[in-house]
Amino acid sequence: MAQSKKQRFYIRTFILVVLTIAIVFTVYSNLTKDKNAVLQVGDKAPDFVLVDMEGNEHKLSDYKGQGVFLNFWGTWCKPCAKEMPAMDNQFNVYKDQGVQTFAINIGESDLKVNSFANRYKLSFPIAIDRNKSVMESYNIDPLPTTFLINPEGKIEKIIKGEMTEQDIANFMEQIKPS
Amino acid sequence: MDKIVCTCGHVNPVGTELCESCGRPLNQETKDKKLVDMRYEGSARRSQTYNKTIIDKIWNFFSSVKVGMWIIVAILIAAAIGTILPQVFYVPAVNEEEIAAYYERIYGTFGTIYYELGLSDLYSSWWFQGLVGMLGISLVIASLDRVIPLYKSLKKQKTKRHISFLTRQRVYGTGEVDSPIKSIEQAEEKLKKMRYKVKRDGNAILAEKGRFSRWGPYVNHLGLILFLFGVMLRALPGFYVDETMWLREGETLYIPKTDGYFLESKEFIYETYTKEESEEVYGAALDRVGSIAKNYQSDVALYKGPEDAVAGQPEDLAFVKEESIQVNKPLKFDHFSVFQMDFRLDELKSMTFQLQDKETANSFGEFTIDLANPQTEYKLQNGYKVEILDYYADFTGFEEGVPQSKSPIPNNPAFLVKMYSPEYPKGETSFVMIKETLEPLGENKHKIAFQSVETRDVSGLTIRKDLTLPILALGGLIFMIGVAQGSYWNHRRIWIQLLENGQVVVAAHTNKNWLSVKKDLDEVSKVSNLPQYEDQQDIDSQEEKEEGV
Repeated sequence: MAQSKKQRFYIRTFILVVLTIAIVFTVYSNLTKDKNAVLQVGDKAPDFVLVDMEGNEHKLSDYKGQGVFLNFWGTWCKPCAKEMPAMDNQFNVYKDQGVQTFAINIGESDLKVNSFANRYKLSFPIAIDRNKSVMESYNIDPLPTTFLINPEGKIEKIIKGEMTEQDIANFMEQIKPS
Repeated sequence: MDKIVCTCGHVNPVGTELCESCGRPLNQETKDKKLVDMRYEGSARRSQTYNKTIIDKIWNFFSSVKVGMWIIVAILIAAAIGTILPQVFYVPAVNEEEIAAYYERIYGTFGTIYYELGLSDLYSSWWFQGLVGMLGISLVIASLDRVIPLYKSLKKQKTKRHISFLTRQRVYGTGEVDSPIKSIEQAEEKLKKMRYKVKRDGNAILAEKGRFSRWGPYVNHLGLILFLFGVMLRALPGFYVDETMWLREGETLYIPKTDGYFLESKEFIYETYTKEESEEVYGAALDRVGSIAKNYQSDVALYKGPEDAVAGQPEDLAFVKEESIQVNKPLKFDHFSVFQMDFRLDELKSMTFQLQDKETANSFGEFTIDLANPQTEYKLQNGYKVEILDYYADFTGFEEGVPQSKSPIPNNPAFLVKMYSPEYPKGETSFVMIKETLEPLGENKHKIAFQSVETRDVSGLTIRKDLTLPILALGGLIFMIGVAQGSYWNHRRIWIQLLENGQVVVAAHTNKNWLSVKKDLDEVSKVSNLPQYEDQQDIDSQEEKEEGV
């Protein structure tokens, strides 16, 4: 008798727990659906291969062991234009300390990207994501968006919007290999 | 106290109203009734009997049909409230502020309250989904709590039932008949012919038909639970995709959320009905509205990147297939469907110019600029050349002398160019806009004259994937099977017994359609001597009428 009561208790508890988990999971994942689509801090940064304006191929996973400062931008985007000279300054400070800077333009023309780079005298590698596949895998919206990728290849921080030169310096310091 | 032992010796679970075996009423309340409640065969619904731990209390809460009904009512009311104003996904706004402003602007204070209460995104709110989840729990628990005892008591029922059970059946009759044993045998024969399953125990028979219709409601619930499970799966990654993309003619873009698929637009086609071809059908309408769409179509080519590809590599795409996407005729691949949803006509694609002498309008050659990919240099004959220094796709004006472009889309292209000629080997600078030219560094001899423009169309496509559809369909099918099972079949039972005092007793029960079970009994009475039965409920209501009025 006592046995069957105990058994009943366990069966009921089991069923209730399973149902509750299913519901909590569904509600939770629906509430966070929009955010889920975007990469999160701590995720592995999706790998990509792009050829920069000088014709050099860059594969993200080849930079393992170094920090990567990954900036998505457009020539028409004003905050992008404002932060890029500052990025260039800091690129020159940190490039010998194991922090790579890489700017990805979203599907514009060579002419436009080159004229932009020349106007602001940018020296870090810039590549064009012509088929928008890198943009899709990083779920970029809005421009500019910057990803800090640590030496282990994980996303350390996602910055949406404009950064000051001081911000950029701090961020590069943050992903510097120790 | 845990079990009830019936006079017949059968041990019943606590809370049982009618002995599972012989059918005797087991408590005073049941004994006092003239008719027994046969809904769950008088079996003990466990939920109502054990009520000790918190788990039991939660269990009992969800086991209640009353609670289930209230959950359904709450869902109905909430779902109805969600239809008063459009939900956010129908609102033409992207961010929270715009959405809030939209509700206020269009619907006033009521709109603001509606938005603030979260009713504008009701169906994805935690509490609405929680309610649906509670309905799911209620379906599972209430079904389990009923189907198991019902199954057990129907399985345990004996052919020979106690007289106290039989007298309390709605259809009941008793009396002495000639050659009772022969009558019972004849009745058995007849019932078998009527496709009843007949069991015999001495001078008692139990004829039963359509027991499986009792499982109808539970099969139905199983279908519903499966349906809810399918909806739940949509939350898992990989089961459900709903994305959009804009694709220009000639462009090849990555298809969002797919595993390395790329789509190229060959052509977008927009056709309307002409008066000649459809005078009869659309003639009047064409006069009224001007044009009627006949076809929206994107001719596309699908490519797949290599298996191990990472994002960004545009090379070595393998051609998969070419197809025409039309409304309701999607491109299908790998569980994905790409639908024709929207379009934009005539986006600027390329512009053709002439390098001319300003005075004489004498041309030194023509060149075409691809607006998606302008070249740095356009060489013309006889040493003439045009260099593009910079390009502004969506030119909006100058800020501190610097030309501005507000987007990468060529809505209003402008170029900073240098024109080289034998007379001016160092070049003349000009800023070329649509319908206007500036000469920022002084008077020029030459000019860039606009000749013609080429446009291209943009296809708005929706990318869908839904792996839960087969589960939803199966859930729906099982649901309907349950409905049919419970509606179109009836569970009928007929008991006939010869008592020791020589009386013959007939009793019948059905879960619905009493007329038919009575007809069946009438058929049996034609071939065998059976006492006349009465419908005790009819008598009851008649008595009530006579007494009451």
